[in-house]
Amino acid sequence: MHSTPTRGRRLLASTAVGVAGVLALAACGGSGFDDSGDEETASGGGGPLSILIGSSGDAETDAVKAAVADWSEQSGVEATVQVASDLTQELSQGFASGDPADVFYVSADQFRTYAANGSLYPYGDQLDNADDFYPSLVDQFSADGQLVCAPKDFSTLALIINTGAWEAAGLTDDDVPATWDELTDVAGRLTTGDQVGLGFSGEYARVGAFLAQAGGTMTNADGTEATVDSSENLEGLTYVQQLLASGSAAYAADLGTGWGGEAFGTGAAAMTIEGNWITGAMSNDYPDVDYRVVELPAGPAGQGTLQFTNCWGVAADSDNQSDAVDLVQHLTSTDQQLAFSEAFGVMPSVQSAADGWKELYPEMTAFIDSADFAQNVVNAQGAADVITDFNAQLESLKTGDPAAILASVQTNLQAVLDENAS
Amino acid sequence: MSAAVTSPASAPVRRRRRPHGPGSARGRAAASGWLFLAPMLVILGLFLVVPVLMALWVSMSDWTGRGSPLSSDVSFVGMENYRSLLLGGGLATQDFGTAMRNNAYYVLLVVPLQTALALFLATMVNRRALRGRGFFRTAFYFPSVTSSVAITVLWLFLFSASGTINAILARLSISGPNWFNDPRGVLHLLLGAVGVDTAPESLAQHGFLGIPLWEWLAGPSVAMSALILLAIFTTSGTFMLLFLAALQAISSEVEEAAVMDGATAWQRFRRVTLPMLRPTVFTVVTLGLIGTWQVFDQIYTGTQGGPAKTTITPAYLSYSAAFQNNQWGRGAAIAFVLFAIIVLLTVLQRLVLRERDTVPRRKRFYRTPPAPPAALAGTVTAAGAPGAGTTTGTASATEGDDR
Repeated sequence: MHSTPTRGRRLLASTAVGVAGVLALAACGGSGFDDSGDEETASGGGGPLSILIGSSGDAETDAVKAAVADWSEQSGVEATVQVASDLTQELSQGFASGDPADVFYVSADQFRTYAANGSLYPYGDQLDNADDFYPSLVDQFSADGQLVCAPKDFSTLALIINTGAWEAAGLTDDDVPATWDELTDVAGRLTTGDQVGLGFSGEYARVGAFLAQAGGTMTNADGTEATVDSSENLEGLTYVQQLLASGSAAYAADLGTGWGGEAFGTGAAAMTIEGNWITGAMSNDYPDVDYRVVELPAGPAGQGTLQFTNCWGVAADSDNQSDAVDLVQHLTSTDQQLAFSEAFGVMPSVQSAADGWKELYPEMTAFIDSADFAQNVVNAQGAADVITDFNAQLESLKTGDPAAILASVQTNLQAVLDENAS
Repeated sequence: MSAAVTSPASAPVRRRRRPHGPGSARGRAAASGWLFLAPMLVILGLFLVVPVLMALWVSMSDWTGRGSPLSSDVSFVGMENYRSLLLGGGLATQDFGTAMRNNAYYVLLVVPLQTALALFLATMVNRRALRGRGFFRTAFYFPSVTSSVAITVLWLFLFSASGTINAILARLSISGPNWFNDPRGVLHLLLGAVGVDTAPESLAQHGFLGIPLWEWLAGPSVAMSALILLAIFTTSGTFMLLFLAALQAISSEVEEAAVMDGATAWQRFRRVTLPMLRPTVFTVVTLGLIGTWQVFDQIYTGTQGGPAKTTITPAYLSYSAAFQNNQWGRGAAIAFVLFAIIVLLTVLQRLVLRERDTVPRRKRFYRTPPAPPAALAGTVTAAGAPGAGTTTGTASATEGDDR
């Protein structure tokens, strides 16, 4: 190289200035890096509350805002609702900065991660209505045997049938499928040139219902052992493969649609498997399609479906925990949950509201009746990656090997569970 | 290095005497120089150096995403995140291997094709005989100024199962694939067409980064191919502009001289124009390499990694590991591995495109060159320099290529 002595000195000088600058910057930032002590008791109140939600649309946003405004009026505490465009990312940023929202939605698959790193303030024992929640939902949101955050509401999967197509195929009420054989039969009879009998999303969150009907689970009861490669799961997955191979069922993506509801609404599928969120999409996007909702058919091990839920998380770093818990108490009360149901169709997480919901939605009782046999989705910490991988493999189930798919998911899930246990 | 041989004449020019000291005029000038630089240094330090150092720390820590990564309950785990990513063999390694495979095919196809297309377009719109040159220049550049989100959405519509592309293919009696939902690898499809549709034993047994060699040979999936077309479509306009600037810097006398020597159009392009564009080719390939290894927005808005993970890339994986799965250490580690790959490939590419010390024997037109090769090289670099100004700096004209 041709560096002259001059050049060398200048390099040295610029390096020195650079290092000094970095040190100065680090010193400036010092106060931001302080540790925040772990608080076991609820922090005080009085400050304004911030609430971060991931909304399904204006109906939900308006309903939550109205409910929070109600509570503000009663309690005299200011509270603002913010709608996240990407809830997971915004929550992650909040936790990392040490200044998260006080109250926020937490999805079941993120719950374990946040609970494990101490981001959530466990307040379950402070709720008056803790016994009223469905026990399976309490399981979903408990860590170390304690309810951490209150279930917000929940959804189950059911079979949605296009009544027009149903009648056109000459089917009657007696033909509503109660078993797998009957499902195969009606799906075949509903399949026409440009319509498949059954269309659903090719992912664990739909296909998993068949695994549950076959008696399969993803983990054992205490969540320490993966049980993915069981003969029950193999039976369920093989049945789905047969359905797809017969041509009377297809994934929504293969029908050129984004999800089951779109395949159903556009008439590409005469039946679909979706949760009660489909009602909103149907009335907004496909108001002319008549449909009915029935429970999913029973498999070899009886009825089974999956349930999905969110909870109201309270931040461990919040300065207003007692107010926040009070707000959650208000939002999960029977009356308030029924108000939410009326506004945007969700199913209340408390059993005392079940009858009220059936009155509101007499056509949809299949959803809430399915709660009796619904299985929670896997929510172990780190399982999201495993499920993503499972979904990726399910996309090619039609030509794939069900046993090999289950075996690889078994290995991956067990690795995650082992890592959590250690 | 090579400059010592190629440009001995320029060395004395560079070693100007610079008499200066603390009290001299030059010294004061240097002090005020630093003063003017200070705001930029602070901004760079605050928004570049500090975050990079913190990310490096996160990649070697067990930070779970709560509170500051510098707090006392975050501990140093050394290379553990890198080890589980590269050697662990679990899902993390498999995902990273899949992402590397996807992105490698993406780079391998996008970089040469977009460079060639950009050069082709630039040569076309540079022709004086072309009518409506302004229109074509704008039209070709247009995709580059459009938001990549908007164009990705447009692409999703064009390539949907019942979209325009498939409608056109149907006119030609070809049944198009369901582009963005087709995870089958293009090479696998080609191999399938010649009867090889299952993995030979040796390829299925051995693997690299957690996935078998047979999977490495899958090629880009149909979905990824659509994204490859998208990248070529959007970026070739930008690079066309770079080539166009360089082409216009080539003096017409050079071209005339070549015509007088009786060179055909192709010979003029291959032996005169292309060598003079070398610095620009370097710029375009470097920018292309860096851009394609960092592909993120099309994945995030378009496919989210699907179908069947055939469009996940290291950049997207880094994002989803950190922000969605709270595996911050792994996310940062992926980012640094990606950084290392980009630096390595850029250096490698620099070596390949380096100007040779002497003209290879078989390309010599005369047994004894009429002018020393150094002088020739000097002219070429000087002529090409304005186009290369964005990366290599105009200084290369006088200093050779030793920096």
